[in-house]
Amino acid sequence: MIPAEVRYVRASSLDEALDALGEPDAKALAGGQSLLPVLKLRIVRPSVLVDIGGLGLAGIETVGDEVRIGALTTWDRLASDAALARPALAALAECAAGVGDLQVRNRGTLGGSLAHADPASDVLAVVLALGARLELRSPEGERSLAASDFVLGPFTTALGERELITSVVVPVPEPGSGSAYVSVEHPASGFALAGAAALVRPGGSSSVALTGVGARASLVPEGGSLDDVEIYGDRFAPEGYRRHVAVVVVRRALERARARAEEDM
Amino acid sequence: MPDRVSLVVNGESRSLEVEGRTLLVDALRDGLGLTGAHVGCDTSQCGACTVLVDRRAVKSCTVLALQVEGAEITTIEGLAAGDGLHPLQQAFVEHHGLQCGFCTPGMILTASDLLSRDPDPDDETIRRSLRGNYCRCTGYQPVVDSVRAAAEALREAAA
Repeated sequence: MIPAEVRYVRASSLDEALDALGEPDAKALAGGQSLLPVLKLRIVRPSVLVDIGGLGLAGIETVGDEVRIGALTTWDRLASDAALARPALAALAECAAGVGDLQVRNRGTLGGSLAHADPASDVLAVVLALGARLELRSPEGERSLAASDFVLGPFTTALGERELITSVVVPVPEPGSGSAYVSVEHPASGFALAGAAALVRPGGSSSVALTGVGARASLVPEGGSLDDVEIYGDRFAPEGYRRHVAVVVVRRALERARARAEEDM
Repeated sequence: MPDRVSLVVNGESRSLEVEGRTLLVDALRDGLGLTGAHVGCDTSQCGACTVLVDRRAVKSCTVLALQVEGAEITTIEGLAAGDGLHPLQQAFVEHHGLQCGFCTPGMILTASDLLSRDPDPDDETIRRSLRGNYCRCTGYQPVVDSVRAAAEALREAAA
């Protein structure tokens, strides 16, 4: 399968990329691990692909009490970077290590995945539970959006047509916190039938987000019951079974996050 | 409208004309005659098209040729130094890590990425690392045996 004809532009600066994205039906290309498959199936047919792979948007640094992750940081890097190797942020590396396979993790990026907004995105649950925000850049300037305001629905985000994610900023939880990501995957596709990310703070309060169970990953209201969460069914996992899996992954994620919080004391 | 892409393929600088939409695997196979990277599923599942881009395994059916401008590409044809077999290739021969051979270039190049980071992986790590490479003939045990044997051979060679 070969994608439909498309013009390729390699951007050498953010401004150049934003310029090129002003053309009709332009699409930004990061690692391509979600975009290339849909280009090959011709589900998406842009006129121009703007390659942002050369803009130096990869990297992880701790600034004050936040960790800034460049949008083009690969899963492979997220899974192994020392800045994330702490109990409170363990959910990120844990989730990254389980994305796709080794080859996909070598090229696939955090920002690309968030922009793609698959309803079963693992990492979206993690950034929701960790209370991360996304930094965006457009010709109008910069803005930042809470992860919870970013994804609007399946494959639909708040990104403007000429807007790029430049980084994801994760607040470092207070000492004595722990986080975890647990999913049950469809054995063939590897996508989550249900996935849960949990952050447990000292004192026991927690944030939990679910993915794979509805139109988009979302936070479970604290103290709320999963009975109130809308969960869909399909031929792989009817509604009742998926709800059961959701309960199980939430429990496991909370247990693991609690155990990690104790390590962080 | 054709573009040009320059790559270092198996240690040699190569430049070729491609379209914006040309996949790396097609540039290697049709443009450079390197048919060791196989097109299996063509949907980034099976890993038969795996090559190394700057020493990291990638699925060349899911990368545009123009995306890897300037990169060092290693295909199965260029893995061994000289005329002999690379220790991974030798181990796959000795431990029957293949039957039909279609998946083998991808298996070996993915294993090469793994061993460059972890010279002594346990079986669980080998299996997890090869999750993106499907074999439809042998079952995976001989493949795991081959990778473990190659790891040992490489460690001895480095000692």
